[in-house]
Amino acid sequence: MARLALLLLALIAAGQVAPGGKARAEPLVADLSSHLIAITTGFTGAEVLVFGATDGEGDVAVIVRGPEREEIVRRKQRMGGIWIHGQSFRFRRVPAFYTVATTKPLNELATQPVLARHQIGLENLRLDAGGRESDPDYKAFADALIRLKQSELLFPQSTGKVQFLGNQLFRASIGFPANVPVGTYLVEVFLLRNGEVVGAQSAPLVISKIGLGADIFLFAHRDAPIYGAIAILMALVAGSSAAYLFRKV
Amino acid sequence: MYVYLPIAEISVNVFLILAMGTAVGFLSGLFGVGGGFLMTPLLIFAGIPPAVAVGTEANKIVASSVSGVFAHWRRGNVDVKMGLVLLVGGFIGSSLGVWLFGLLRAIGQIDLVIRIAYVIFLGIVGGLMLLETARTVLRARRKAPARKLHQHTWLHGLPFKIRFRRSKLYISALLPLFVGFAVGVLAAIMGVGGGFIMVPAMIYLLGMPTSVVIGTSLFQILFVTANVTFLQALHNQTVDIVLGLFLVLGGVVGAQLGVMYGTKLRADWMRALLGTLVIAVGAKLFFDLVATPDDMFTLGDSAGMH
Repeated sequence: MARLALLLLALIAAGQVAPGGKARAEPLVADLSSHLIAITTGFTGAEVLVFGATDGEGDVAVIVRGPEREEIVRRKQRMGGIWIHGQSFRFRRVPAFYTVATTKPLNELATQPVLARHQIGLENLRLDAGGRESDPDYKAFADALIRLKQSELLFPQSTGKVQFLGNQLFRASIGFPANVPVGTYLVEVFLLRNGEVVGAQSAPLVISKIGLGADIFLFAHRDAPIYGAIAILMALVAGSSAAYLFRKV
Repeated sequence: MYVYLPIAEISVNVFLILAMGTAVGFLSGLFGVGGGFLMTPLLIFAGIPPAVAVGTEANKIVASSVSGVFAHWRRGNVDVKMGLVLLVGGFIGSSLGVWLFGLLRAIGQIDLVIRIAYVIFLGIVGGLMLLETARTVLRARRKAPARKLHQHTWLHGLPFKIRFRRSKLYISALLPLFVGFAVGVLAAIMGVGGGFIMVPAMIYLLGMPTSVVIGTSLFQILFVTANVTFLQALHNQTVDIVLGLFLVLGGVVGAQLGVMYGTKLRADWMRALLGTLVIAVGAKLFFDLVATPDDMFTLGDSAGMH
């Protein structure tokens, strides 16, 4: 019901702009069902609805990117019979989360240069290995990075397609797994016609830890000595009170 | 029911953790072992990052050893002087261990070192348990000859001799210092109390009477694991209080059950069972190390440097 109401609101918003006729109507209006995902103690993942309206027929691509951070990819090598970490690559500014939802398969959506320019699709994600891009091993490590992020469910390949309702309203449901990293995400929505981007809009999405778990994490990192002391104290109290409780059993 | 662990940063099934805590606690109650050497690998199998498993298990051992220390203290089974010398070694060893832990973590080898350490120690401990069982079975058939309290070797020629009245010993302080140091390093890197190494070392290497061995080793374990907990929390942020709480909860219940049933079960067969279990866990870890990995690449834990 709530989603439906939001969709209707979007429609009305789009509709109001169109007949106004002052300037050219916005080709694309989009928003999220929620701008904040709270990771609480019982968090098992979340879904966010991206919805909006266009000023006519076209294709829509929704890209969700997490905060950028450095990732290290290590390759295992055999040494003395066991597998240990050997060569490694550092990738700078890798989005912690990345997913694309579109109305059509990527190759039908736009030409390769357009996709690359807007980094639409995993294979068009620019990975910065700090000047080691010409290294013969670069491709193996870059592929491994994407594969590993996929296996951690952080680069989901298909989170459902963008669906059109009629020829102006669209919606896409984006799923976030339980291990989704915290930070400020960027949701970009592109409207494409004849393989060219004719409209774009972006919206921020904040994912943050809320509640006891977040407090404990912050406390452990900001006041590490006090946290350590409390951990010991709790163990001492728990251990002695348990012994006391079970004394007569 | 899933609960999000704030430091491990994953969601785990509470009942799985409680069941593991209870099972290991049961064995602890049954045999008087700490159980850290089983709990840490089980946590790793359950998907807890090895570094967090180690730091949190040290915290749990503080809880499981404190009541034992009190009980033995009341009965006068703690050689405080010996305990303090062991502790000096233990503090140096565990502090060095935590520093080494941070270093290994930064270069991405900590998981490997933890796993290798476990393969070695589980192999030794499991093997010794099975040997002990075999010996008990044999001893039941013929009477063992009386053994001297301890043999005099070159170890007794070392300098800095101290009299340990409670243990009826006059030995070099270097010996307990070394034992304490070695166990301290293990406690930091493996998240174990180290009782399974220290108790035999105290009996056979130091020649302490068995009556004070358990109390004194628990005394050392309590303070060394407290030190490890503090330093891991301070330097590596790998102590998960929420996980620790569930482990303590399961462990306490399990230990009581273990003590209750301990008298009803055949001790030698239970020991054989535990020995087999220990070897099986070690073998699984070993297999993971030598088997060709499904994926040659791993995504690095850059030690909180994100």
